[in-house]
Amino acid sequence: MTIDWISFTPGPALVGGILLGIAAALYVLFNGRILGISGIVGGLLQAKKSDWLWRLSFTLGLLTAALWASYVFDIQVKAVIDADYLTLIIAGLLVGFGARYGSGCTSGHGICGLSRLSPRSLLATMTFMGCGFLMVYVVRHLV
Amino acid sequence: MSQNTSVFSNASEYLIGVLFGLGLIISGMTNPAKILAFLDLAGTWDPSLIFVMGGAVLVGLIAFYLAKNRTQSFLGGAMQIPTRRDIDRPLIIGSALFGVGWGLAGFCPGPALVSLGSGELKALVFVVAMLGGMLLFEFMGQKK
Repeated sequence: MTIDWISFTPGPALVGGILLGIAAALYVLFNGRILGISGIVGGLLQAKKSDWLWRLSFTLGLLTAALWASYVFDIQVKAVIDADYLTLIIAGLLVGFGARYGSGCTSGHGICGLSRLSPRSLLATMTFMGCGFLMVYVVRHLV
Repeated sequence: MSQNTSVFSNASEYLIGVLFGLGLIISGMTNPAKILAFLDLAGTWDPSLIFVMGGAVLVGLIAFYLAKNRTQSFLGGAMQIPTRRDIDRPLIIGSALFGVGWGLAGFCPGPALVSLGSGELKALVFVVAMLGGMLLFEFMGQKK
């Protein structure tokens, strides 16, 4: 294993991570819910539910975060996306279906689940991290 | 819930959504290349994601400890914290599929939505497919 010291950004990572934690903290204390993106957004697709307004409010927050970052804090979103369109479609389908079927994603299981010491979330997090490691190994070092 | 409470709670939803998005942007997690560099243990490894999770969980531990015994949120709504502790197949299979997709493109739901908001076309393609995957789950649920 070689550590990429040039790309490694422990400072911003820690500060950003603390912000994510504060957001999850405020969410459970003020709104009484788990901050899980796939659950909040996925619920918008359930036709029978009448609770779309709060879900939409939160989703709009995520969608406009880049604007706040750019205009208020003068920080630009950096995104280097190497995947081609077909890969993005397959990955999107897997991420969307998998997160709903597995009851959560990196935010709900990863951040909130680990924070509340949930055994289900710990197992989910180890599973998706493990599969992520494996997938990147296969794509970058085997194929 | 009264009219005022509803306005406050939806404003809170929006602002916390923005804050979470800012956390993702500052931490670098909106950049798929950075996620993939973390997942690439055999290549040149970028451990940043550990610091992101560490920082988030550090704060989260305190918050969920405080939230544990509450019956009402600060805004007066009911607490909706999951109580399940069983390990079942959907949890494992779903998380495995999620991990494969995450490792393929380097996007998970939050960063993809934030990146879409910055006008990234590739994020739009990913998000549309992700919503498709979520819809597929809804249809499967109805057949059961």
